Amino acid sequence: MRTKAITRLLFLVGVITWLALVFAEISIVFSISSNLKQELPTWLPGILLNLYILSVFYYFKLRIERDEVLNFVDLLWRVFATGLVSTVISLSLRLLEVLMGSTRLPKNLVFNDFIYLINLGLMIGFLLMAFTVWKRLILYQKSKWLLRLWTFFEVGLLLSLLYNSFNIPVVEWLYGTMFGIFVLTGLVLSGNMKWVAYLNFRQKWTSLLLLLLTIFYLLYLIYTNRTLVAMLSQAMPSMSVLTDYQEHIFILSVIVFVTVYSIFSFLVILFNLPTTSVFEQKLEEVVNFQRISQSIQTEQSEDSVYNILLETSVSTVFADAAWLEVNLRQQNYRLFTYKITEKEAHDIINHLKTHNIKGILEQSSDKTKNLSRHLSSLKGSRFRSILAFPIYVKGENIGTLALLRELPEGFNKEMTKIVSTFANQAGISIENFRLMEEALQNERYKEELKIAKTVQKSLLPDVLEKDDDFEIAAFSESADEVGGDYYDTLRINDHLVSLIIADVSGKGTTAAFHMSQMKGIFHSLAQEDIEPDEFMARSNQALVYCLERGSFISATYFLINTQTKKIRYARAGHCPVLYYSTSKKSTEYFKDKGVALGMVRNKSYKKFIQANEFSYCPGDIMVLYTDGITEAKDGKNEEFGYDRLAQVVGEVQDLPVREIQEQLIQRLYEFSGTENINDDYTTMIVKFK
Amino acid sequence: MIHIRRIQEDGADVIALIGEIDASSSIELDLAIAKSVGEGFKKILVDCGALEYISSAGLGVFMSYIEEFKDRGIRMVLFGMSDKVWNTFSILGLDELLQIGKDKVEAKQMIA
Repeated sequence: MRTKAITRLLFLVGVITWLALVFAEISIVFSISSNLKQELPTWLPGILLNLYILSVFYYFKLRIERDEVLNFVDLLWRVFATGLVSTVISLSLRLLEVLMGSTRLPKNLVFNDFIYLINLGLMIGFLLMAFTVWKRLILYQKSKWLLRLWTFFEVGLLLSLLYNSFNIPVVEWLYGTMFGIFVLTGLVLSGNMKWVAYLNFRQKWTSLLLLLLTIFYLLYLIYTNRTLVAMLSQAMPSMSVLTDYQEHIFILSVIVFVTVYSIFSFLVILFNLPTTSVFEQKLEEVVNFQRISQSIQTEQSEDSVYNILLETSVSTVFADAAWLEVNLRQQNYRLFTYKITEKEAHDIINHLKTHNIKGILEQSSDKTKNLSRHLSSLKGSRFRSILAFPIYVKGENIGTLALLRELPEGFNKEMTKIVSTFANQAGISIENFRLMEEALQNERYKEELKIAKTVQKSLLPDVLEKDDDFEIAAFSESADEVGGDYYDTLRINDHLVSLIIADVSGKGTTAAFHMSQMKGIFHSLAQEDIEPDEFMARSNQALVYCLERGSFISATYFLINTQTKKIRYARAGHCPVLYYSTSKKSTEYFKDKGVALGMVRNKSYKKFIQANEFSYCPGDIMVLYTDGITEAKDGKNEEFGYDRLAQVVGEVQDLPVREIQEQLIQRLYEFSGTENINDDYTTMIVKFK
Repeated sequence: MIHIRRIQEDGADVIALIGEIDASSSIELDLAIAKSVGEGFKKILVDCGALEYISSAGLGVFMSYIEEFKDRGIRMVLFGMSDKVWNTFSILGLDELLQIGKDKVEAKQMIA
C-alpha cells in the first residue's frame, strides 16, 4: 500500500514539475520575445526538467522493477504501449498544427516552445520506461560483476543530473568524457541478452514485432524533438533553447543506451529464431526425465513406469514407435510396446535374429545404422530406421530399448545419446522394481520364519514328566529363527517313562520340519513299551522316506523304569550321555556305538544300534545335551568341550535340577562371552531322588 | 572356508580338504566328490589331515554317498583325521559306515 501511495505521489510530482517547467520556460521565452523584464532566473527550467526526470525515473522504477508478475513479453508490451501513446499524442499535435496552418499561432514562438516541451516530456517518459524495462531484462541473470556495472551506470547517470542542474560552465572535455563513459558502459551492458533464450517460438515473434515498433517510435520521437529544437533555435538566434536536450548528458546517454539495446535485442531475437526449436526440445527432455524419475519414486506400477519411459523417449527423439524387451536372468521374458503391436515387434526381432545381425547390443552409432539397413529387407514393415540400446543392470545385459521411425536415416547422433540415457534410466527402473520385489519377498520370508519359529517352539513340551524318583529340567535356544533341536518326555505307565533328545542336521525351516516328524514318531512309538534299539530301528525306517539325501537326525532314547531303578537306552549318533554317579562321586560319558537316524537307509540299520542298560541311585544326575553346547566357542576359537561340561556338572551336582541347568547355561555364556551362540543348543537334565 | 585339492596317485583320486566344512562349504565337498565319481575313479582317498572342523552338513555329504558307492563298487577311504574331527565322525557312528585310515599308507592298503 505504501509503495502504491508513493507511486501516485511520484506521478503527481512528475505532472506538477512538468507544468512548472512549462510555466517557467514559457514565461521566460514570452518575456524575452516581448522584451519585457525578466522575472524568473534562466536556470530554473533546467532544474525543473531534472526534477521531472527524477520523479518519472523513480515512478517507473517502483512500477516496473518490483512487479514480479510481468514476463518478458509483458515488459516489452509496456514499453511498446508507452511508445504508442507518446507517438499518438505527438502526431495529433502535428495534425493540430497542420489544421491551424493558416493562422498565426503556429508561427508563434511561445506556442512552438509549448509543443516542444510536450514532446520532450513524452520522449523522456518513453525513454525512462524503456530504460527501466531494459534494466530488468539485463539483470535477469545477474552476476556480481554485472550488478556492480549497472549500479555504476545508474548512479553515474543520476549524478550527471546534478552536474546539469547547477549549470556548471560547460567544460568541453569533461562533457565529452562523461558522455563517452556512459555510451561505453551502455554498450557493454547491452551485451546481456540471456533472457532471449527463454522465449519460446511464439513469444519471439511477438517480441520482434513489439521491438520493431518500439524502435520506430523511438526514432520518430527523437526526430520530432530534433526538428523542434532546430526550429526553436532558428527562431531565437539571440539565445540558446533553454532546455535543449541535445546538451543534456543524461537524456543523450539514455537515448543512446535505449536505442542500442532495442536494436541489439531485435537482432539477437531474429537470429535466435531458427534455433528456438532446439532449445525448446532440450527443455522438453529435461521435463521428460523429471517425469520418469518422479514416476519411479511414486511407486507406480511397473507397467505404467515402462509406458511413461517409452512414451517420453518416443516424443523426445520424434520416433514413431518403441518397445522395451526385458529378459531378467533368462526367465520371465517381457515385452512392452508403444504404438507398435507385439506381433510387429516380434517380427522385427526375429528378422534381426534370423539374419544373425549383431550390433543391437553395441553402443556405437555406426552399428545402429547397420540395423536400419537390415530393416529395409523386412517386407511388410512400415519402419525404416531403428535405434536399439542394451539395458544393463550391474553390468548384466537384461534387455533392449528399441525406437523406430518410418523415415529412413531417421536418427542422428544427438538422438543416439539421448536414447542411451533413456536406456540407462530403464535399467535403473527395472533394477528398482526387482529390489522392491525382493524386499517384499524377504519380508514375506521373515514373516513365514516367525510363524515357523512359533510352531517349532510349540513342538517342545511345556511340561516335563515328574516322578517321585526323578526331576527333569530342560532348556533350548536356537541360533536361527527356527531350530532343529528336540527333546520330549512321555509316560508309558505308572513305572515307565520315556525320554528323547534329538538334533536334526542342518538349520532353519527344513530342520524344523524334520523335528516335527521326529516328534510324531516319538509320540506314536513311545506309547508302548518297546526296547530302545527297536525304537531306533523303527524310527529309522520311518524317517528314510522323509529325510532328503544328506540329512540325518541324531537321537538318544531312554526308558526309565522306576520299579527296577534301571534305565535302558539306545544312542543313535547323538552326543554321549554325561552321567554323575553319587557312589563314584565322579562324572563319565557313556561311550557306546550307534549310527544316526537316516544314515543307513535299509533294514541293516539294526546292526548299527545297540541297547544299553544301567541302574541309577538317588542323587545321580543324567545330563543330555546337543552339540551346540560342547561346540560353543570362546573368543580364542576354543570349544566349550566335554571336559569343561563334565567339570561344571561335577561342581554343581548337589544343587536342585533347575539350578544345575541355570548354572550350566550361565557358565556356557560366561565362557563364550555372549548369549548369542551361533548354533542351536539344548540341554535336558534328570536328577534322581 | 574350505580349500579342496585333487591329485591322482596310483590310480586313486586323492581329495585333500584344507580348512573348515560348514553348511555352505559342504556344497564344494559334494561337487568335488561328484566330479571324481564322474571322472570314473573307483578309488577315492580323502585327505583330512588339514581338516579343522566339519559340521553335520559336511558329514551328510559323506553319508549320502555310502549307498551309491556300495552299488557302483567305488571305494572311499578317509585318512589323517585329527582327534577332534574323528570324534565328530565317531559320535554319529559314521566310523562304522565309512572306512577311515590312520594315514595315507594305511589308507592305500585299505583301498588296494
